[in-house]
Amino acid sequence: MTTDRACTLTIIGGVDKDGSPDLVERLEMHRGEVIGIVGPTGSGKSSLIADIEQFAVGDTPSGRKILIDGCEPRAETRSDPRKKLIAQLSQNMHFLADMSVDEFLRMHAKSRGRSPDVAERVIELANTLTGEPVHPDHHLTILSGGQSRALMTADIAVISDSPIVLIDEIENAGIKKREALDLLTGEGKIVVVVTHDPMLALMTSRRVVMKNGGMVRVIETSPGEQKVCEDLAKVDDWLMDLRETIRRGEVVGAAT
Amino acid sequence: MKLVVLAGTPGSGKTSVLIHAARSLIRYGLRPAVVKIDCLWTEDDRRFERLGIPVAVGLAKDMCPDHYSIYNVDEMLEWASSQEADLLLNETAGLCLRCAPYPDRCLAVCVIDVTTGPNAPLKVGPLLTTADVVVVTKGDIVSQAEREVFRERILEVNPGCRIVEANGLTGKGAAELAELIRDGPEASDDMHLRHNPPLAICTLCAGELRVSKRHHRGVLRHLDGFMEYSGE
Repeated sequence: MTTDRACTLTIIGGVDKDGSPDLVERLEMHRGEVIGIVGPTGSGKSSLIADIEQFAVGDTPSGRKILIDGCEPRAETRSDPRKKLIAQLSQNMHFLADMSVDEFLRMHAKSRGRSPDVAERVIELANTLTGEPVHPDHHLTILSGGQSRALMTADIAVISDSPIVLIDEIENAGIKKREALDLLTGEGKIVVVVTHDPMLALMTSRRVVMKNGGMVRVIETSPGEQKVCEDLAKVDDWLMDLRETIRRGEVVGAAT
Repeated sequence: MKLVVLAGTPGSGKTSVLIHAARSLIRYGLRPAVVKIDCLWTEDDRRFERLGIPVAVGLAKDMCPDHYSIYNVDEMLEWASSQEADLLLNETAGLCLRCAPYPDRCLAVCVIDVTTGPNAPLKVGPLLTTADVVVVTKGDIVSQAEREVFRERILEVNPGCRIVEANGLTGKGAAELAELIRDGPEASDDMHLRHNPPLAICTLCAGELRVSKRHHRGVLRHLDGFMEYSGE
């Protein structure tokens, strides 16, 4: 439904916190690509994601511009969720809405022009990502961090079926991150992931390095790094198994 | 003279949004003047003064602040003309959510804060339902899905409005709002309100301080919705 839109996402560099120009002057991302954003806390990773999310036209503190297929997006593309090209999984995962999971998902589906019946599938998918099952009648405000993030991940995959997906620090939530990324990358999407997590960072094809608010470098993931990523995936599976064993109240055996 | 009437729930970020928008308007070569209406006290005029634009304050004191804004519109427009402004930004202090201080010939802007929850748009009434532009603030505090649900709720009560997502801290959305203001209508000397103010015909309006229905006359609405006329 959205696959014929947004082939290229371009970031035109702006300035860092001191007003010096971004060393990366122009960055193009194509469909099917997963791109990382890395850098220390406060280096401007979330600001870069925010620039993309709101299709900055030089009107944010960084002065960056975001182009879709080489053009500035129109104002209604920037704001109408039915035309929205971007789905975002942010650090802000606490819900303030005073309604049930089912009611919320149905209303969100409506706002995106989808059938409210997809709510059931969102909950089903969310429950493949978290060890603590989410129930349709649960009140949103009582969900744990992991449940909220699992629900939002599934929501993005099913309801916010946008060609560009922005993910901000998915690793902090206690959900199955590799499955979550697989679910979000879907076919032909541009996925931008902010991360401190070595495995997620190395799952990308390129990563932008941020420093003092500016984009300073782009690193291509080397074959050597890809090998490290495969090893990390095994460690990650082991950790998830241990987590579930402990959650079930069982005794942990020796590593095999 | 273009007229913008900006209203919204307390603490929603009306002043911050307006300051960012005023900055963009100045960049477009317009000459805005600001009238800030408040109830008892304000120092927001100092924040506007830093922009170097004419600013005046009206304190409604013991008058309803919305009524006060409404019957003072001509005085505000005359003052703005005397300041050689071509645009009057009137920030109101609406509190009871029953009035909407928007004349027909203005750009009516309602500022509402997303942290008030998705049921809030249903509670705000004519302030929201008769606005041309609804500015949604504090969206960075909730998830994208919750912002979109909030937006859907606004469109349920005001299907024709233009929604602007803004951030009073970073200035996001200010340029978009400024464009809408630039293209907004000219005020006239024969303007009407878009929505009728509430019935203000009981003895509380005339200064009776005692509580309970037995002390009051006029049209009184019971808790169950029944309306009675008490008096001669």
